[in-house]
Amino acid sequence: MAELSILYFAWVREMIGRDEDMVAPPPGASVADVIALLAARGGGYAQAMARPEKLRAALDQNFVALDTPIGNARELALFPPVTGG
Amino acid sequence: MSAVVIGPDDFDAAAQCAALEAMGGGAVATFTGIVRGDNGLIALQLDHYPAMTKAQVERIVAQAQARWPLLGVRVIHRVGRLEPGARIVFVGTASRHRTAALESCAFLIDWLKSHAPFWKQEHFADGSTRWVEARVEDDARAAAWNDQATSGN
Repeated sequence: MAELSILYFAWVREMIGRDEDMVAPPPGASVADVIALLAARGGGYAQAMARPEKLRAALDQNFVALDTPIGNARELALFPPVTGG
Repeated sequence: MSAVVIGPDDFDAAAQCAALEAMGGGAVATFTGIVRGDNGLIALQLDHYPAMTKAQVERIVAQAQARWPLLGVRVIHRVGRLEPGARIVFVGTASRHRTAALESCAFLIDWLKSHAPFWKQEHFADGSTRWVEARVEDDARAAAWNDQATSGN
C-alpha cells in the first residue's frame, strides 16, 4: 500500500515534536485507525492522540470526519479545531 | 489581483475598500479584524496549513458567491507573528444592494473562523504561550448560516 504522509499542526505538532511522518496504514484503515496507530507509539504521540474528539482531520487538503476511510489519499493532516479569523 | 491573499504581509484596508467601490455596485461591506492586547498578550502567532489554506478559503468565497449576487470579494488573512493593534484579517464584499453585501461579509468572517485551517497561539509577557481554543459560539454562528439556507431565507 502507498505510503501516507501525515502532517501535524498547532498543539498536535508541539506535543509530538515533529511536523510530519510517513506511515503505511493497513488496507481499509480510517483516519481514526491511523490516530490509534499513532497513539500506540507512546510519548508525545500518545499525549497528542489521547482524546480523538479533540482532533480534526483533512485528507488531501479536504476536511473529513474521523471515520472517513484513508482510501487512496496521499496526505493526512491532524490538528485541533481551527481558530482563524 | 486574486480575491484571496494568505500571507505575512500587512494590507491597506482603505485601498481594498476603494477597489471594491470601483466595481460598480451600490454597496460595499467590509470587516477588519485587529489583534487585541488582552490579559498581557504581547503577540499572536498564526499557524496555518499552507498546502490547503488558500484553496479552502477560495471554496468559502465560492459559497458566498453562489449564495449572494456579488460583484466582487476580497479576503486577506495574515499568518505569522502579529502584535496587538495589527490587522489580522480583512473581508470585503461588493454588491448592487446592501443586504447581499452585509450578509455575505458576515458569512465570510464566520466561516473563516470555523472552516479554514488557521490556528492562533497567544504569547504573553511572562513568556507563557497558549493555543486558542475553538469557541462553541463561533461554531454555532457558522452553523446558523446553514440553518438559514435550509429554511429558505
